[in-house]
Amino acid sequence: MSDIRLTGITKRYTRHAAPAVDDVSVTVRDGEFFVLLGPSGCGKTTLLRTIAGLEQADAGTVHLGDRDVTGLPPRRRDIAMVFQGYAVFPHLTVAENIGFGLAMRKAPKQEIAEAVEYAAGLVRLDDVLDRYPSALSGGQRQRVAVARAVAVRPSVLLMDEPLSNLDALLRLSFRSDLKALAKELNTTIVYVTHDQVEALSLGDRVAVMRAGEIVQCGTPMEVYDRPATRFVGGFLGTPPMNLLPVRRAQDGWTAAGEPFAVPEEHADRVGDELWAGIRAENIEPSTTEVPGALPARVRLVEPLGSQLLVSVTVGDESVKLLTPTDFPAGDDSRLWLRVPPERVRWFDPASERALDGTDRAGTDRAGAAVSSG
Amino acid sequence: MAEAVTEAPVVAAERRGGPQRWLPYLLLAPSVAYLLIFFASPMIQAFGLAFTSTTGEWGLGSIRAMLGDDRFWPAVWTTVILLVVLLPLQFALAMAMSMVITSRLRGSGLWLYVFLLPLGVSELGAGILWYSIFVEQGWLNTVLQSLGLIDRPVIWLDYREPWRVIGTIVVAEAWRSTSLIVIILVGGLRAIPRDYLEAADVFHAGPWQRMRHVVLPMMRPTIRTALIVRTVLAFEVFATVIALGGTGTDVLATQANRAYTEYQDAHLASAYGLVILLVSLVAVGIILVALPTRKERGE
Amino acid sequence: MTARRVLGYGGAVLLAGWVLVPIWFVVVGAFSTADAVYSYPLAAWPDWSLESMRFFVTSAGVPQALLSSVIVAVLTGVVTLLLAAPAGYALARFVFPGADAYRLAVLSTRAFPVVVLSIPLAVFFLQWGIYDTVWGVALMHTALALPFVVLMVSAVFAGVPVDLEEAAQVFGCSRFGAFRRAVVPNAAPGLAAAATFAVLLSYNEVFAASILTLQQPTLPVFVLTGLTQAPLPFRYAGALFLLAPAFLFILLIRRRLLGVGGGPTLR
Repeated sequence: MSDIRLTGITKRYTRHAAPAVDDVSVTVRDGEFFVLLGPSGCGKTTLLRTIAGLEQADAGTVHLGDRDVTGLPPRRRDIAMVFQGYAVFPHLTVAENIGFGLAMRKAPKQEIAEAVEYAAGLVRLDDVLDRYPSALSGGQRQRVAVARAVAVRPSVLLMDEPLSNLDALLRLSFRSDLKALAKELNTTIVYVTHDQVEALSLGDRVAVMRAGEIVQCGTPMEVYDRPATRFVGGFLGTPPMNLLPVRRAQDGWTAAGEPFAVPEEHADRVGDELWAGIRAENIEPSTTEVPGALPARVRLVEPLGSQLLVSVTVGDESVKLLTPTDFPAGDDSRLWLRVPPERVRWFDPASERALDGTDRAGTDRAGAAVSSG
Repeated sequence: MAEAVTEAPVVAAERRGGPQRWLPYLLLAPSVAYLLIFFASPMIQAFGLAFTSTTGEWGLGSIRAMLGDDRFWPAVWTTVILLVVLLPLQFALAMAMSMVITSRLRGSGLWLYVFLLPLGVSELGAGILWYSIFVEQGWLNTVLQSLGLIDRPVIWLDYREPWRVIGTIVVAEAWRSTSLIVIILVGGLRAIPRDYLEAADVFHAGPWQRMRHVVLPMMRPTIRTALIVRTVLAFEVFATVIALGGTGTDVLATQANRAYTEYQDAHLASAYGLVILLVSLVAVGIILVALPTRKERGE
Repeated sequence: MTARRVLGYGGAVLLAGWVLVPIWFVVVGAFSTADAVYSYPLAAWPDWSLESMRFFVTSAGVPQALLSSVIVAVLTGVVTLLLAAPAGYALARFVFPGADAYRLAVLSTRAFPVVVLSIPLAVFFLQWGIYDTVWGVALMHTALALPFVVLMVSAVFAGVPVDLEEAAQVFGCSRFGAFRRAVVPNAAPGLAAAATFAVLLSYNEVFAASILTLQQPTLPVFVLTGLTQAPLPFRYAGALFLLAPAFLFILLIRRRLLGVGGGPTLR
């Protein structure tokens, strides 16, 4: 086990294009399950591969524990990795695959056998040890890849979208398995995914990346409830966070022509427009008029099984909300939406950043500094 | 050779029956007919020729004449020795070139182009090229003498020194035909997903371990294909031998050619042809036994 | 890391030298005067004289041999492609009983040496009256090239998405129309490369051509027969004539070379 300290990591693939990773500094704590989340092309995999040593950064340093591993090849870093395509060697048996890392370290046979047994047990592969990968299902191969990584008892375990090649049902059950495994291992894990649900459910902390930078880093609930930027609010959550423009009028602030309360400290700070970020599940709809609520008209109702996803318009703005399945929302009917002020996340339209200042280092109360850009 | 069969992916299955069913056979028919007439039938005829004498009687007359030829056994040995010396040399060279091409060195496209330049070179062209190097007043002696390594020109193509001549033929063939192996090996190396190599790196394998435990096992079918292709071709080496060895060095192919063009004996020439076929098949058999395909277990 | 890179570049340069330096020697030899070719030690730089080349091209028999070679090569290329294209297409697009057997048969032709093939063919051609003609040699070369070209062409067709063809059919083309309008334009560069392969194989081939000709030798046969008596400038200029198309060929199809996977065996 060890922590990972990245300082000023920058990586460019082509000289004149924008960097894949742009001056990222972040510390992953010892024993933490750390998720790098972002859309494709955001640099999360590049960052992971830089930790692995599969890519050399153009600038910046990588520390694993007390060791500066910046220039070291992967095999000298004491890491292990689960590859997206698994990379389970087709010419080796399951047992040989799991023992591969230790065999390369020239560990004694007995030790390899024990490690294989232990790792195979963790992922329930005990009865297929003598088979070749071609005789395994996709899910089993994925577990071989995990076992191979676990068997070397790395101080850092890296995972590159390990669930993305599985079908939806398997993915769900493997996600729970992975979480249990991580608890059992208690090792430092860096996990790359583009799936926000995976990120939120697995991570102790989640770093949301965009265009080579870490936009926000915090616990899953922090990132979800208190997105630092409009992008994070939109990227996490299904549906994405609603953004309602709120404008300064002669007698206070209005949204879609209706009065809308803006906290004092924001009202003083900015210009004539703000964005109110509101999660769909935090909107309280009513079929009867409520004082102070925003009038809305239902455009579309989509049953999701456990909830209804209702699309409405407020003035010219479209808003999505989630309601219980028995909520009587008919097409084109009128609704009144109450938004609890404490549930509103305020953004500055110019910078698209949240206004309360807790977005960046503030979410990182334990002191692991995050900066980027 | 069977694994090469799978190399051409069948994109779509035509599952319709009816009038479409005979279409593929119709499309194959011309090439099948052609190969029957111009490949299979002469192949069979070769046996007919070898086992008849010039007077047309069946028997071992031509075979006996061949075995009785003073030049027969030297030709067999030279052919086999050429192969035995050439193959390991070529594979080492080809592996080194393939590693350069697939490495992350700058300009890998350029290296590829350079290493494959001899791919289309004819035996005769390469033979004359290396003749200009090995001839007494040629490039090799010029270079060696200007470096002060020799005092006066060495006669490399000395027909009283068969080993020396064979050495020059090996060098010329290594230069000419290594690129064929390179192309096959690079194909095999590129077919190894990068993930596997990276997984080897991550799991503590050094460069040599990676080569031994990951690259070579995964290239096994490729190496086998390359071995077979090169071995069969090496038994047919002909113009290089004449260009460098003149009439003083014999291999099986030059003997076959001489039997036909000089002695005008198609029967004797066919007998030599069959010997080449025989050693080829034996060599291919040895390769197949030595490097058995494991059951397909690719992902 | 850096030490290994230096080693890598050093090795790469050495290997490139092994390939390129001999080629330079033949260029120097072909573009030097007879005096320079016969002098010793040799000069590393040619005097760019066309004397040797002129001598070679105007030697008795060379123009005819060159012409024969070109005709044979073109015939081989055309006939091979006409036979291989339908077969390659069938292999790429249809799944049918016998496809694997056909592939295996085509592949196994590699195990049979040309030497065995050419002598009975010479006997046949004598009977058929095409011995010592460009057609005889071209038919033989086609038999040699066909197995490889079938596999190359099949890979080329397999590389054209079947969607394109189906889309063409959906939008009103007949099966052949779809082939012509959707497949051929996309496959053309690959087909050209495959045909070029056959052309070069024919241009280079010397054993069978020497068996099958007498008065109408191809260029390599002509050079080979006179080789032991030929003066050095003739040999070196001849070598350049034999080598130049090969380098041109690699230049033209270098992008496709790797797709062939063990296909090309050039002689």
